[in-house]
Amino acid sequence: MSVNIFADEATEERAESARLSSFVGATALGDIVKSTLGPKGMNKILQSGSTGTVNVTNDGATILKSIQLDNPAAKILVNISKVQDDEIGDGTTSVCVLTAELLREAERLVNSKVHPQTIVEGFRLACIEALKALESSAVDNRSDAARFRQDLFNIARTTLSSKVLSADKEYFANLAVDAVLRLKGSTDLDHVQVIKKVGGKLTDSYLDEGFIMDKSIGVNCPKRMENAKILIANTSMDTDKIKIFGARVTVDSTGKLAELERAERAKMAAKVKSIAGLGINVFVNRQLVYNYPENLLAEMGIMSIEHADFEGVERLALVTGGDVVSTFEGAEAGKVRLGKCDLVEEIMIGEDKLIKFSGVAAGSACTVVLRGSTTQMVDEAERSLHDALSVLSQTVLETRTVLGGGCAETTMAVAVERLASQTSGKRALAVEAFARALRQIPTILADNAGLDSSELVAQLRAVHFASPPQKDAGLNLDLGEVADMRKLGVTESYKLKRQVVTSAGEAAEMILRVDTILRSAPRRRDAH
Amino acid sequence: MAQQPQATMAYDEYGRPYIILREQGKKTRTHGLEAIRSHILAARTVANIVRTSLGPRGLDKILISPDGDITVTNDGATILGQMEVEHQIAKLLVQLSKSQDDEIGDGTTGVVVLAGALLEQSEELLDRGIHPIRIADGFEKACAVAVKELDRIADEVEFTPSNTENLLKTAMTSLGSKIVSKAHQHFAQIAVDAVLAVADLQRKDVPFDLIKVTGKVGGSLADTSLVKGVVIDKEMSHPQMPRTVRDARIAILTCPFEPPRPKTKHKLEIGSVEEYRKLQAYEKGKFEDMIKRVKDAGANLVICQWGFDDEANSLLMANDLPSVRWVGGPEIELIAIATHGRIVPRFEDLSAEKLGKAGLVKEIAFGTTRDKMIVIEECANSKAVTILVRGSNKMIVDEAKRALHDALCVVRNLVVNNRVVYGGGAAEISCSLAVSKAADEIPSIEQYAMRAFASALDSIPLALAENSGFSPIETLTEVKSRQVTEANPRLGIDCNGRGENDMKKQFVYDPLISKRQQYLLATQMVRAILKIDDVITAGSMDE
Repeated sequence: MSVNIFADEATEERAESARLSSFVGATALGDIVKSTLGPKGMNKILQSGSTGTVNVTNDGATILKSIQLDNPAAKILVNISKVQDDEIGDGTTSVCVLTAELLREAERLVNSKVHPQTIVEGFRLACIEALKALESSAVDNRSDAARFRQDLFNIARTTLSSKVLSADKEYFANLAVDAVLRLKGSTDLDHVQVIKKVGGKLTDSYLDEGFIMDKSIGVNCPKRMENAKILIANTSMDTDKIKIFGARVTVDSTGKLAELERAERAKMAAKVKSIAGLGINVFVNRQLVYNYPENLLAEMGIMSIEHADFEGVERLALVTGGDVVSTFEGAEAGKVRLGKCDLVEEIMIGEDKLIKFSGVAAGSACTVVLRGSTTQMVDEAERSLHDALSVLSQTVLETRTVLGGGCAETTMAVAVERLASQTSGKRALAVEAFARALRQIPTILADNAGLDSSELVAQLRAVHFASPPQKDAGLNLDLGEVADMRKLGVTESYKLKRQVVTSAGEAAEMILRVDTILRSAPRRRDAH
Repeated sequence: MAQQPQATMAYDEYGRPYIILREQGKKTRTHGLEAIRSHILAARTVANIVRTSLGPRGLDKILISPDGDITVTNDGATILGQMEVEHQIAKLLVQLSKSQDDEIGDGTTGVVVLAGALLEQSEELLDRGIHPIRIADGFEKACAVAVKELDRIADEVEFTPSNTENLLKTAMTSLGSKIVSKAHQHFAQIAVDAVLAVADLQRKDVPFDLIKVTGKVGGSLADTSLVKGVVIDKEMSHPQMPRTVRDARIAILTCPFEPPRPKTKHKLEIGSVEEYRKLQAYEKGKFEDMIKRVKDAGANLVICQWGFDDEANSLLMANDLPSVRWVGGPEIELIAIATHGRIVPRFEDLSAEKLGKAGLVKEIAFGTTRDKMIVIEECANSKAVTILVRGSNKMIVDEAKRALHDALCVVRNLVVNNRVVYGGGAAEISCSLAVSKAADEIPSIEQYAMRAFASALDSIPLALAENSGFSPIETLTEVKSRQVTEANPRLGIDCNGRGENDMKKQFVYDPLISKRQQYLLATQMVRAILKIDDVITAGSMDE
């Protein structure tokens, strides 16, 4: 006798088969992204099934986001890489690969009849030990401004070296560091505007001290304004509606209608007058500016810019030091803070007209203009730059750095291996497995570079274990040898590495603890 | 089950059929022992699903929703609530764990496992030909004995606001089976601190609505923190408003910064220029009036349930009134309680004494994606607290929130009633011993049912031992015999392999009321199932 307690099509996977499906899903996903890891990693083409748009990328988070998945464990991996992207901005591939490697090791242990909870216990011990080792190897150069800048530069260079911008990494690393240092500790990357224009080559990209807005100046307005006094507004400049609910106009003759229209125009004219009364010569509005007020403004010699989007307005306010205002009547000229800059002019990039605000007083925002030969190239360049900017902005907050090129991973693996030799019980197997998973990162780096990974990683481990240990040793992937990473300047953010290890540990633990997968019937969608 | 002609027909002495219950093809019917047996099977299937989640070494389940969203959890109530159960009896079990969740908040897995075990035992008795009602009566009697035994072996744990060690230990027991055991001590401490912060120890009351649990992905579990104040997932309405307000006096509004909108349906007709101008002036005046009233009351921060349009936003900025908009109903209530403010529904009602007070209000940013939250700290009423859960992915944050809820419930139960029994199956073993002893003194058939109840109780320590990777029967018999020979009801299964069976020394406690509730609910539920002898499913209507 059997009773089906579930709804139709709802399924249950138990014990071995559930575990198998999560291990397989997670490791498969890890294998997809692992070839993009490191400076010699490869790119992937993502083609959209519905629209056919092509996207060339090396960014783990972007790749994972675009894969349609049905495996729960794989979905967890995608989620951690997304969180890594939101938190730090880079390391999205590493976190995914490390989790997959941890699970691969765990699968081996489960097959040799170790209880999943015992593995979890071992992983926890190992994770703590690894983080301890990572922390003790971190270097903080906060107090020394010049060296700190060098650190930032190195981090940016390391991050960019695995991306499309690697050919010009020095150039872009400088660009990113300059942009982030202008933020003065804020992590709001919206203040760094990136304008993409196809055409030219990558090195034609530049950082503009001022602010460039991808909008055009209203017709009939002056196209160039020196000593600009800018009013940044968020107000409706079409017809100023009566906002009281339910109000509507009923008139009994056309004469009255004309009167009302005049009154409306008068109201707008009064608004424009009070705006002009603030002593401005540039008016930037977030919303539309209709022809009539635009005309009025032009007559008074005021440049008007309409439809600047929300971020644009906010950035402009930051750059020029003005307030974003919506009410004008009754405001005295002194009370509203106006934005100031030396020059507002229309410029050309490629074939497009843009507005440039230069000579700004207080500049915590800036603009990066990216050029490149194809749309895909520029898009990928933007993603790479975004990664670098994110990492840098987080590093400004948490200033410690560690070494890249597999050095940090090997340091951790060495510490974890020492712990394994001192741990008693079955947990030791899991601790050892954790160290093996960590060592997979330099292995993959070397593999992707087409080098003899077994040989190199063994050498690397040996010098880390040697007495005295060479703690700065990592892989020089260009020459295929073990080298001093500090001398090469391959630096990574401590916060990034820490997040990779904790996230991977937590996700692996979560997947490992699962022994049943209950799947509801997929929601039916009507065919039409 | 074979679709035999069911008792839908009867024949009179001439062999002519009567139709008693109309067979309509789609209507199905199971009845008699057959029905009970199929119910028992369904209940056991459900119990078997959650059985592996029991105990500190129990494992988790992945639940996939119809839309493909994933939940990873160890919480019995969540597992049962989210799986798509169709069977009637299985649905009853889902309800059972839900009522344990609502009432106690913890032990949702245990209650289902116990109910499943009871039904499994009753199947054997049915095979021997004992009437279901007699079985149910026997269970009832046995349950009374077990509850009495729980009372006998219960210990009191002492705690004071300054010495919370025992509360901490109990919270740790509850958290032991969840993924947050990674930051075990940390989470237990947060749960204890949160409950003690809001608890009224004189009245033994813990108002749960003062504890808010919010989550934000990023960081790791160990970054979870307890904020003595309120955290809301909002940001300042204008990008240029100050990010920090000290000594805030907060106007808590449930009216929008918009021109009034009379509730009665109306039409406002503008017939002349005159009227147009008047309306315009009125509208402008209204905005200024609103701001003035807020200013006059002495507020320096506005929390509004509704939005405000650009004009009001700019005016607020110009008048140095930082403001937060679109704050949801429960949150606004929490802010009002925390800051001793009053929720003001109309601008006319604003006055100085209705403002909420807080020492520090600040906006904090997370990560690289402009995620912002507003933290209100040093509130006038120090009782409201918020737990901000962090974790490396969405599923882990959700699971941590559920685990915290359980732990909060356990600590609350202890504050309300500080009697505990010992976990690790110790209480079940003692009760099982007591019940089987009592059974021998019963002269009627119920004796068998009571013995069955005792074996059902054993299934909890059995499951614990099994999940921990021990040989279940061997472990149970050893502990059981030691309980009798040493007369020590504190001996249980040593799930973590620490080499110590005394649960008092391992500090594994469960609140007495939670255990008692489990027994009572499970017995009641089993009785209800045993009493059902006929299930008629009406077929769906013809389309």
